[in-house]
Amino acid sequence: MIDFETPVLKEYPIIPLIQPGAMAHSKPYVARQDLQEKIGFPGELIDDWQDIAIKKMGELVSKSRALLVFLDSCVKCGACTDKCHYFLGTADPVNMPVARQDLFRDVYRRYYTFAGRNFPKLVGAREFDREMLDLWYSYFHQCSQCRRCSVYCPFGIDTAEISMAAREILDTIGVGQKYCNEIIGKAQTIGNNLGLPKPALKDTLEGLEEDIEDETGVKVRLPLDQKNADILLVTPSADFFAEPQVDGLIGYAKVFHAADLSWTLSSHASEAANFGMFIGSYENMQKISMRIRDAALELGVKRIVFGECGHAWRVAYSFMNTLAGPFDFLDQSYPVPQHICEVTHDLIQRNALTLDKSTNDDRVLTFHDSCNISRGSRMGNIPGGQFVIPREIIKATCNHFYDMADDTIKEATFCCGGGGGLLADDLIELRVKGALPRMEALKQVVENHSVTHMVAICAICKSQFSRVLPYYGLEMDQVISLHQLVGNAIVLGGSKQNSLSANSDVKT
Amino acid sequence: MSLLTLIFILLFYAAIAIMLVGLVYKIRLYAITPTPLRIPTTPAPTTRSGVIARLFFEIVLFNSLFKANKWTWLFGWLFHAAMLFVLLRHLRYFTDPVWGWVSFVQPYGKYGAFIMLFGLCGLWARRFLVDRVRYVSSPSDHLMLALLIGIGSTGIGIKFVTGTDIVAIKAFFLGLIYFDWQPLPTDWLLGIHLVLVVLLMIIFPFSKLLHAPGLFFSPTRNQIDNPREKRHSSNASATPAGRNW
Repeated sequence: MIDFETPVLKEYPIIPLIQPGAMAHSKPYVARQDLQEKIGFPGELIDDWQDIAIKKMGELVSKSRALLVFLDSCVKCGACTDKCHYFLGTADPVNMPVARQDLFRDVYRRYYTFAGRNFPKLVGAREFDREMLDLWYSYFHQCSQCRRCSVYCPFGIDTAEISMAAREILDTIGVGQKYCNEIIGKAQTIGNNLGLPKPALKDTLEGLEEDIEDETGVKVRLPLDQKNADILLVTPSADFFAEPQVDGLIGYAKVFHAADLSWTLSSHASEAANFGMFIGSYENMQKISMRIRDAALELGVKRIVFGECGHAWRVAYSFMNTLAGPFDFLDQSYPVPQHICEVTHDLIQRNALTLDKSTNDDRVLTFHDSCNISRGSRMGNIPGGQFVIPREIIKATCNHFYDMADDTIKEATFCCGGGGGLLADDLIELRVKGALPRMEALKQVVENHSVTHMVAICAICKSQFSRVLPYYGLEMDQVISLHQLVGNAIVLGGSKQNSLSANSDVKT
Repeated sequence: MSLLTLIFILLFYAAIAIMLVGLVYKIRLYAITPTPLRIPTTPAPTTRSGVIARLFFEIVLFNSLFKANKWTWLFGWLFHAAMLFVLLRHLRYFTDPVWGWVSFVQPYGKYGAFIMLFGLCGLWARRFLVDRVRYVSSPSDHLMLALLIGIGSTGIGIKFVTGTDIVAIKAFFLGLIYFDWQPLPTDWLLGIHLVLVVLLMIIFPFSKLLHAPGLFFSPTRNQIDNPREKRHSSNASATPAGRNW
């Protein structure tokens, strides 16, 4: 592992002076031949990679209005230059969104525009040569596709779209990223990113049931592949045993139990995450989405609910209807799909849950808005519901809550530093440095309000923070799942709950 | 008719043709290119009228840029707003009789050029003074600003310093419109002003000036946030591959 220095947390966030080449050495492991071929890409760099890459670029642009408009419209105004967490954390100028886009745009201009073909120097057009290929591999794997730049761009240019396209081109010529492509393969063959087969999953869930019973004395079930359940819960596989994700899963189970809802997990679609998005591959994203549709049909459920996962919710909320819809076989009186926070929030609104806030009195909390939920999706009926609903749930389950600084939350939230398929050990330097803006904001509330824990609603955010918090002098368990709070506060038992726990609807 | 007049007549016809054909081609391409997925930057409006309001604020007030950087917003917005005034003022050279509201705008509009120059100089200064913006600027970015500043300052020169025969200029442009060609006054400052304008028109469809039509077609800004309620489909991806329903 490379040696690097953890950035120093400053009193106030400062935009760094650029340091060209500061992160030029950062690149993830390249995917092995078998991993590449498994998901439909060449095993290694193909001979005519330059021609194929340029051709693929033209094809992608001709199929995406977003790419076409974004490549034409940038005026280099600089609005985005200080918005990327990776730039703020590394000072590498190519991590400024516009400079990252320009790696793509300059090549596009060289081969596909009048100005770039005839006056390359004038407009900064560049060849797609070996040096450029290396730059692409390095810097398009330093973008977590969090869309923060797109909020501030006067034309809404979204670097995520460009980095997805770049990664798809790289995959097409045989240069894929190991972490993402290995996971996509597992999700498509085994059903989840961790490669957890059904028997192991079943064991894990039974173990959790025992844990809950030991702790609360109440038999809360975590059903798997239960036909004709009302709700199919699709959750990131990290929820099955990673800390702190698993406490979130226990929270969902308690909510379903307390509200007397019949639900099930699926072994076929035991994964909410969809890494197909990260590599910009429509086909792979669709294949993973189809597993959820197939599971819903197979199990005969009426509703699909997603667990706490950021990009998964973006794919589910924004894309799934297009990729795997229409979902006209589900109960149309509920949104398809629904977020677990929407379900819990709705139950709280209807007083269907008994919550004891004092159970969380030993914590002072803040909330980390996940990038893909904040800027790529919604919860509830109103724009911005994705900010309101989680906060209302938190406030209903605890007494001490403080938001971080305004320019670091809601639509301005910073990525955790590990999104977009960058949650790999080989990118730890990037991850630690990219977490800097969030850590600065967190440090402020820790000092001003004695915040002890940061709540997250994304499996990637949770893993990333558990890993990088210690680099900044905090404890790894200071990040927790939102539904862990709910699970703590929820009062099971009592006459109502006792009768519910014996509900015939959820028996096998 | 002098050779100079003839050259300018041809230049203007060519510039108009290139700009119009280029823009129509580009805008048509924007319109017919598929949008495979729903990608509005959220929070986004959930209704069509909401999207119209969002775009209105983007176009008129540069809403996102205001959030991003107050200096860039100030210079950029002043430049664009002042340029609008200046352009409207110029309508009097192309209309006869001059529309009432153009006559009304005209006396204020002529000062717009100074604000326009102020904005442009501010934007150019950023390209030198802010290290991040300096890094991302290519020669064409500097030349574009130079071109606009050239147009603005020659315009100011004509209006406030040298003066020119505006009756003859108007006759020249009306002649262009009605194919009844009239001589252009021989005035070197006017000549430079018009050559620069012609140049701007020609490069419009080949340059970053496409941000003007681009904004209307930007999916992150113009899409409605209703993917659960309404199934989004695009030419390329209406139904999943190999499935029929």
